[in-house]
Amino acid sequence: MTKPLSGKAALVTGGSRGIGAAIAKRLAADGADVAITYAGNKDAADTTVGALEALGVRSFALQADAAEPDAAADAIHQAAERFGGLDILVHNAGVANFAPLPEDDFANYRRQFAVNVDGVFAGTRAAADHIRDGGRIIVIGSVNAHTMPTPGGAVYGATKAAVAGLVRGWARDLGPRNILVNVIQPGPVDTDLNPADGDFANVLRPLTALGRYARPEEIANLAAFLASDQASYITGAAIDIDGGLAI
Amino acid sequence: MTKRLSGKAALVTGGSHGIGAATAKRLAADGADVAITYSGKKLAADAVVAEIEALGARSFAIRANAAEPAIAADAARRAAERLGGLDILVHNAGVSNFTPLSENTYSTTCRPSTVDGGPDGSRAAADHIRDGGRIIVIGSVSDHTMTTPAGQVCGTIKAAVAGIVRGWARDLGPRNILVNVIQPGLVDTGPDTADPDLTEDLHPLTALGRSAKPEEIANLAGFLASDEASYITGAAIDIDGGKLV
Repeated sequence: MTKPLSGKAALVTGGSRGIGAAIAKRLAADGADVAITYAGNKDAADTTVGALEALGVRSFALQADAAEPDAAADAIHQAAERFGGLDILVHNAGVANFAPLPEDDFANYRRQFAVNVDGVFAGTRAAADHIRDGGRIIVIGSVNAHTMPTPGGAVYGATKAAVAGLVRGWARDLGPRNILVNVIQPGPVDTDLNPADGDFANVLRPLTALGRYARPEEIANLAAFLASDQASYITGAAIDIDGGLAI
Repeated sequence: MTKRLSGKAALVTGGSHGIGAATAKRLAADGADVAITYSGKKLAADAVVAEIEALGARSFAIRANAAEPAIAADAARRAAERLGGLDILVHNAGVSNFTPLSENTYSTTCRPSTVDGGPDGSRAAADHIRDGGRIIVIGSVSDHTMTTPAGQVCGTIKAAVAGIVRGWARDLGPRNILVNVIQPGLVDTGPDTADPDLTEDLHPLTALGRSAKPEEIANLAGFLASDEASYITGAAIDIDGGKLV
């Protein structure tokens, strides 16, 4: 039986761990060849590549810090070259350095914008030259783009609002080529960044309607849906997947 | 192979044509038994029921005007009774009477249908719907954008149902019943399209330059109804081809 993404080539940035790894594995399970980028943890990236290859698809890892525009763009060029094109780009790489304003500084502001926004711009600009008509660009944003239930997230939330703005514009720019561009806005997800038993959990869990964190695989399910032919009329959308946090 | 909605029971209001019929057929293709309601088009409803049965699912049609709260509630009860419970409720029934403000009266608006019928249908369904179920409301991007004149009432209505959905998501979250609103933009419902010329005039406003097919809306409903969408609740999801971006 042909899988929903058979014959497609995908790149997932920040694909070695957490949500990115879950998305990479889901796209591979659906039949796509999947490259991942990682910033520093080569062992984790190699482990993920091994898991992807075990699903019967081509995979490789590229070292690329999303904070470096040239590196982010180069990773796209390399992935497209090795796969002979690109159909699906998932911008997942991100950082969240929460700091209440009195303790925040410009370097921390720049660092979060560099990874979460500059990297997304540079990667998408490069991808526009490679991605095939009918392709998909999916950005992992956050419900913090429009809600902030804890202190210290001003800049992180601003980066995620910024990418939601980019997505709307790119949906217009790439619509004529039928390339669909959307942002997935998760609430709390059980990852190393924000573990379900971590400091934020006691605040966030009761705020959700479902009373729990998401598993990374639940975010990956939505990414796979958006990547598939099923989502053929969804573009420019910001989709909350937050268990009812931001309602 | 087990289908992803095998063993589930669904009710789609306004399921005799357009988005409702496409959604009913999609849920049935995914393995669910599907009841539909219709307000007047019995022949169309019977044809949809026959198509669903041909997919191997149980189906029947209930005549119920969504504008009558007691009838909408009764339809949900009857569907649950005949299907032995309910897992998925799709509120699709709706009317859109675009009328300029100067000509508007209470009786010409879409309020009775989409707002009154929705809560009573859901109120009744809440007594029957199983834990882990789904309530999906078909709203509209006119919740938060209005690209043509004379739509103020329908925009209000769709904003109202989006608000109701957020509240229900909280109320039913402890039972893991997920409640979401799908907000389509332009949809080509064939002969049912309210104003085909106007719809075509609006195509340039979309990033994709076209209307949706009803099946494209149904694909999203099918996803939200499935186990795949287990962390999505209280969400308003635009599916508008980039109309209001």
